[in-house]
Amino acid sequence: MDTLYIISTGAIVAITCGVLGCYLILKKMAMVGDAISHAVLPGIVIAFLLSGSRDSVTMLLGAGILGVLTTFLIEFFHTKGSLQSDASIGVTFTWLFALGVILISMYAGDVDLDQDCVLHGEIAYVPLDLWILPNGSIMGPRTLYISGFVLILVLLFVIIGYKELYITTFDPAFASAIGISTVLWHYLLMGAVSLTTVASFESVGAILVVSLLIAPPATAYLLTENFKKMLWLTAFTGMLVSILGYYLAVWIDGSIAGAMSSVAGLFFLLALIFSPSEGIIAKKLRQQKLQPNNS
Amino acid sequence: MIVNVENPVLEIHDLTVTYSRKPVLWGVDLTLPKGSLVGIIGPNGAGKSTLIKAAMDLIPKSSGWVEIFGEDLKKVRKKISYVPQRESVDWDFPASVRDVVVMGRYADIGLFKRPRKADYEAADYALKQVKLSEFSNRQISQLSGGQQQRVFLARALAQQADLYFMDEPFAGVDAATEKAIINILKQMSEQGKTVVVVHHDLQTVTKYFDWLVQLNTRLVASGPIEQVFTQELLQETYGGKLTLLSDVSTLMHTQQLPVRDKT
Repeated sequence: MDTLYIISTGAIVAITCGVLGCYLILKKMAMVGDAISHAVLPGIVIAFLLSGSRDSVTMLLGAGILGVLTTFLIEFFHTKGSLQSDASIGVTFTWLFALGVILISMYAGDVDLDQDCVLHGEIAYVPLDLWILPNGSIMGPRTLYISGFVLILVLLFVIIGYKELYITTFDPAFASAIGISTVLWHYLLMGAVSLTTVASFESVGAILVVSLLIAPPATAYLLTENFKKMLWLTAFTGMLVSILGYYLAVWIDGSIAGAMSSVAGLFFLLALIFSPSEGIIAKKLRQQKLQPNNS
Repeated sequence: MIVNVENPVLEIHDLTVTYSRKPVLWGVDLTLPKGSLVGIIGPNGAGKSTLIKAAMDLIPKSSGWVEIFGEDLKKVRKKISYVPQRESVDWDFPASVRDVVVMGRYADIGLFKRPRKADYEAADYALKQVKLSEFSNRQISQLSGGQQQRVFLARALAQQADLYFMDEPFAGVDAATEKAIINILKQMSEQGKTVVVVHHDLQTVTKYFDWLVQLNTRLVASGPIEQVFTQELLQETYGGKLTLLSDVSTLMHTQQLPVRDKT
């Protein structure tokens, strides 16, 4: 049963992150997830200072608010400061992270408080953290419910706003010209990324979230040129990553998150080499065909 | 020389746009008549693209206002379409030709709804007009520059708007495509649609357009082509660029010949 819990949590998080990641890599903002993972630190500290508790809901709230603020600042520096979006991401999260470090050293130095207490979850602990009703019946792992809820929200968002997200990602200028608010859809997407990242960090850990946001969409991007297929392939890859990653971890008796991330990386490598359209082998073959003296 | 019209399709009043303190457009006042095919010319950095972007409110204005069909822009957005510069998007984006052309229908479809059969038919018809029907299912990454430009045009056509802004639709397309595009634009103008085109090639100005806007940060001229395509005004617009000016004067001579023949 524990195996099933871990694999299904992994798969759910993989699908949620992957779907949003598809938009991020096409917007060339793949590193936003990584940025959020660092930038939420001051949010956690401030939430702790205001509430005085290390209760994870309060901290998630603080982290969530900072996550949205991060994406807002990135966009602000990019548009108003005319900074490249990658530089804007780099500047934003490093100083927010530093701000968090300063806050800890000034006010919370004697409390065991850092990113670890909220963000660096461990997927192996999923079956241990159970949701128990007041009458004592055990409903199963709490994180499974949280990540399932976030998955449903994200899927609804992507289905309902499919055409708006598609057009604002492909051609923001044309979208604005015909009256579809690029800014609104950008922030809705970033809000969803922020929510997903913060909620998933707690359940599966940071490396895995960042990896699932980027690696499966990047893999799918190499395999297809149809956006809907890219979303489906991403979801499928994400599930495979979760299943194979788990058994790899059991086999080598190592970290589950590490194994899943490695499998995700391996899939990307395979796509890079063997993809029928973009793969290295396919490109080589096509080049050979084009050579005139190749008879 | 600035000619104004009654009941303009587009009215721009005292428009100034600045990028980091340097003005790109300064005090532009102009009106455009309905059904005209308008060319906007001027040297590089004259603010041509900026003018159409500011007219659509895609970039912030420092001062001035814009009215389209006599109303505030927000109310008439759906009746306006835009053909951006080809380089403004990533052509490796996972989309087919049809996917992109259907985007022209998005404004009409409305929020939360999917494109319907009629929308796909409008897209297919637009593709037929630009002669790309057989490319309908092709991935946009596999198109040539001229085909990409026609895809953008088809997307705008599918929208069935009344006012079109086009940012250098002839950049990097071959002669045949350019001819095909200009024929479509002329048809649109005959149907009473107004088309505003940012243009670079002075040789073709008189052949293509019936209204001309000359821009060099300030508005130099706006009016019917035969009134404003004069050497003095071109000199004012392109001022100081000597080699170009000699080109222009030879151009003026060659282009006056057929006019004399007629009389």
